Order: sequence, then C-alpha cells, then structure tokens
Amino acid sequence: MSRIGEALAHAAAENRAALVIYVCAGDPNLALTPALVLAAADAGADVIELGVPFSDPTADGPTIQRASQRALAAGTTLPGVLEVVRRVRQTSEVPIVLFGYINPILSYGEQRLTRDAHAAGVDGLLVVDLPPEECAGLRDAALQVGLDWVPLAAPTSTEARADAAAALATSFLYCVSMTGVTGSDAPDLESAAREAARVGARAGKPVALGFGVSTADDVRAAAKHCDAVVVGSAVVREIAAAATDDEALLRVADKVRALAAGCTRTA
Amino acid sequence: MTSQAFAGRYGDFGGRYVAETLMPALEELTEAYRQAQADEIFRADLEALLKDYVGRPTPIYPARRLSEAVQLDVWLKREDLCHTGAHKVNNTLGQVLLAKRMGKARVIAETGAGQHGVATATACALMDLPCEVYMGAEDVRRQAPNVERMHMLGAQVHAVEAGSRTLKDAMNEALRDWVTNVRTTAYCVGSVAGPHPYPSIVRDFQAVIGVEARAQILDRTGRLPDAVVACVGGGSNAMGIFSAFLDDAEVALVGIEAAGEGIETGKHAATLTEGRVGVLHGSKSYVLQTDDGQIVEAHSISAGLDYPGVGPEHAHLMVSGRARYLSVTDGEALSAFELLTRTEGILPALESSHAVAGLHKLRELLPEGALVLLNLSGRGDKDLATVKQALAERGGAS
Repeated sequence: MSRIGEALAHAAAENRAALVIYVCAGDPNLALTPALVLAAADAGADVIELGVPFSDPTADGPTIQRASQRALAAGTTLPGVLEVVRRVRQTSEVPIVLFGYINPILSYGEQRLTRDAHAAGVDGLLVVDLPPEECAGLRDAALQVGLDWVPLAAPTSTEARADAAAALATSFLYCVSMTGVTGSDAPDLESAAREAARVGARAGKPVALGFGVSTADDVRAAAKHCDAVVVGSAVVREIAAAATDDEALLRVADKVRALAAGCTRTA
Repeated sequence: MTSQAFAGRYGDFGGRYVAETLMPALEELTEAYRQAQADEIFRADLEALLKDYVGRPTPIYPARRLSEAVQLDVWLKREDLCHTGAHKVNNTLGQVLLAKRMGKARVIAETGAGQHGVATATACALMDLPCEVYMGAEDVRRQAPNVERMHMLGAQVHAVEAGSRTLKDAMNEALRDWVTNVRTTAYCVGSVAGPHPYPSIVRDFQAVIGVEARAQILDRTGRLPDAVVACVGGGSNAMGIFSAFLDDAEVALVGIEAAGEGIETGKHAATLTEGRVGVLHGSKSYVLQTDDGQIVEAHSISAGLDYPGVGPEHAHLMVSGRARYLSVTDGEALSAFELLTRTEGILPALESSHAVAGLHKLRELLPEGALVLLNLSGRGDKDLATVKQALAERGGAS
C-alpha cells in the first residue's frame, strides 16, 4: 500500500476522515514552504497537497490565484518545488501529492517529472486540467515509478464519467463539491459528501471531498460521509494574513488543529 | 469515453485540457452541435441571418492601387463590411443560435479587441439572451468605442485586472465563470482556440468566408489565387478563409502573426513562429511560455492579436507544412494601415493591417503580379485613437 493509502487507512481505523491540506509551494517563498508543510503535518494534516504554481490557474479562485502569483514572483519553479519535497523528507514521512496544471509538467517533460518527483519523495500527482481522456501518458508514467494517480470527479460528471474517473484512482478519488473554482462557498457540503460517498462505494475506493471546505464545521459535514477532506484556500488565507514567517507557521498550525478536530466522526 | 479520446485532434494538437466540471458540458455541446448541423431548419435560420442581417455574401474587391504599391494582384475579401464591422459575427450568430436551441439562459464571452464581444452582444440582443463579456482592463482602455457599443447593446462588460489585463486573462475569467455557471450558461468562444469542440465549431461557422471567396475569385479571375493571406491571433478569420483551400495544393496559405515591438525585444505575439508546444485554455498548441512552462504576456498594438496562444489547427497546418506563418511588427502594421487607407480609402482594423503588411513579405516569396487573396477581417474605426497616438509618437503624419 502506498504512503497515501496507509494514511487514509490509518485515519479510517481511528473512525475519522483523513485531513488533506493544500499549500502553494513558494508562497510567500520557497525557503518557508518546507516548514509550513511540517507545521501542517504536525498539527494533524494526514496528506499534503503541494501546489505547483501556474501563471494561468483557471480552476482556482482569487485566493489561490494570488498565492500562485506570489510564488511565481518569488522565483518558484518545478525543480524548486521538488527541492521542497526533498527537504521535507529529511524529517517527515507525510504523504505529498503534487497539485497543479499540465503545462509546467509538459514543459519539464512527463517522464522526467515522474522520475524526479518520485526520487524527491513525492507520493502522487493531481493535475486539474487533465481529465480521463487526456491523462493516459502522464498517468502511465506516474504508475511506472510507483506514484499514485489522483483523478477528479465533479458534480456535473455523469455516473459513467465519475465511475471512469474512480477506476483511474490508485489511492483515492478527489470529488469536487460544487460547480465553481477553489475558494468559493459550497451551498450544500453534506449532500455533496453523500454523493461523493456513493461514487466511492460503487468503485470500492476512498473518496476525498474538496472545494468550498474552509471551517471545522465544513470538515465535520464532509467527514460524516467521505474518507478524506481537502482544505486549500482557507489555509492559504492564513499564510497571506501573516506579517512574518513565524506568524505564518503559527497560524497554519492553529488552523490545521481546528480543522483536524472536525475530522472525528462522533455520530 | 473512448471515442471522445480521439475527437478534436489536429495531428498532435487540440484535445480537451479542462477541469472535469466542464467536460460534460463540452460533450453536451459537441452533441448539440452535431444535431444542429444535421437539422435543415437550424441551417436555414443561420443562412437567412447571414444573408439578411450580416449582409453576406461579402464582396471580393480588386485593390488596384494597393496592388500597384506592393507589385502583386491583390483582392480583398471584405469581411470589414459585415454587420458589426468584422468577421466575428459569422461565428457568434451560429453559437448564440445554438445556445438558444440548447435552452441556455445566459451567454458569456471573452474579447480582446472587443469585436467578438460586440458580435456576441449583438447576437444576444437579437435573440433576447443576457450577455456578459470578459475583457482585459488594458483592452477596455484601448478599445473604448467597442466597450460603449457592448453597453448600448445591453451587455455587461467585466474589466479583468489580473495578469497582463488582456485577452489571455479575459479568457481565464470567462472559463472561471463557466465552471461556476456551467449548467445554465453557454460560453461563446471567439476564436478557433479552447477545448474541443470549439476549434472546429468556430472554424465551421467562419468557413463561409472561404467558401464564398473561393467561388468569387474563380468567377472573377478564372483561377485560384497563388496565395491566401490572413492575420493570426487565435486564428479564426484565417481558419475561415484557409479551410476552403486546404485541398488546393497549389494555393499557398500564409498566416501573419504580430511581431509587436520586434521579435528580438521579446515583446511580441508571434506564437507559432516563436512559441513552444504547450497547453493553454484547454487545447494543446503552440504557446508563448518561459523555460519553466509559465505563460508569458504577449504584446501587440492590436488587441485582437495580443494573445500568447493560437488555435490548434494552425499548429497542425504549420507542422504539416500546409500553411506558412510570418510575422510583422507594430510599425509595419501601422504603415500598412496608412497604405490601405490612402490607396483604397479603406480603414482596416489593426488586426487586418497585419495581413496587409504581410504583402511586403509575400512579395519576397512570390513573382511580381502574383494573384493574392487577402482576408480583410475587420474595419478600423475602433482603432483610430490607438493609431493616432502611435503615429504621433513616431512623428509621422496623421
């Protein structure tokens, strides 16, 4: 079982959802990112989604757009993101999924990226603008080196499409809670979580619910039905609001602890 | 799903690189378009609009004084005479008619020069659908007359402040709107770019340009042209006229990109001639990008060409050798604007001025007096402020 699969199984054994925390690599600078990742992991993140910044993130709302711009302005590149992973791996086994868009990966080279990512200690890939129809090349390359592939299902996906996406998942399926960009409000997380759980049950695979999850209450609603819950923009906002690096680390740790409390299934 | 995997490819280019949320909408659009094409009533409705409302067929015009100046036999396909002043309306009438047929409640569009925004707002006014247009804040400034026209037509214009504040950023914002409102909203894409099926839908709706022009030039001259030339930003007017000549191997197809302040300055929009293969806005094509795969800001005096991507079918035509792509600078386009205005009494759009400027480059490739068909894609009224300022800056007469 992969490191991601083990983290999900570990959470399930504790009767809670796994907490997946998004951090945009290089926001506000690459030097701080390893510490932010470790702070999130220490505070209760089970899996880290490490954002690879892209100039034109069309699936992201203003919060992650601005984080990506800050990261790019600070000189973040894909090799720099892999260096972050190597540094995290010196002290931590927290599973890391690279989360990004296809163009920087194509530019780096698909085979080269999967090989270098695996060597650096990356566990999985999630590429927002690579739907099932387009993913074969990169997914095959990822699987060959032992990386997990994380596909997406959306509320607009037909049952057939959602099932096809789930079939491509090697550790979990990422279900988008609503039609919209990251950081938007989700009108009804609980019904989205129930729908995601139905897809997961049909495929016999764990599902994570993301988009529009920002508070412990949101996490609680999703955790009732899903194996994992993803929080992104709400964590990025904590980093953006910090005046110093130390404050950013404290804010992220506080936020993740609060979110982690929502993961435990009480009922 | 398997059949979809091979749809919408032009050689190695095209495809559908979008978030899963949009994939079902693209499948729905593909199917609705297929059914509409097979429907005689849809085709007749569109044909009637193109004739009675747009004023098609647009004429071809032998530009004698221009021909003398460039030592070629130049015929202009007069898309500048279309209602709304550019070829863009051929496509928006088709797409908005399709949106109506699909029962969509709202139409969105991106625009660069504002011609596609105006053409979408026009079609929406005609067919009684609410319209919202995303436009880069820089383009809102330099194409103010078109912003006013959109307002008058009842459209809402969103000025996009992100990034380079031009067409690329407008398209990003339109995609974000669509991902949010996809169930009720039709996205009317203005160029032969974007995810499948847009590159083929837009080409098909613009193909009327080439179909007419091919018959007209045969009728008037008794032969096919030696070359067909058009400007290329995203590339819709060029695909529209090229498409009728793809099988005529003896006809050279030449696209003219914007070299901005000069290729060597890095401030240009010459995507095919200077870019690398990549993915932008849902399709694989040539893209202006850094070594790290970040999209760079394009530059052109022409807002409609100021785009770091290009339609995937153009990438295929270039790689396969069927079409050639050259570039001309802002300065060369301005001189061509003056040349056409003073020799023929026709004010071309700055986009189309690039095609006119391309005639000088063509002259180096073709014998004197060669027969050239030029797609004059739009008229220049919207550009007068920009041209006046640019001419003043370089100390030229105006």
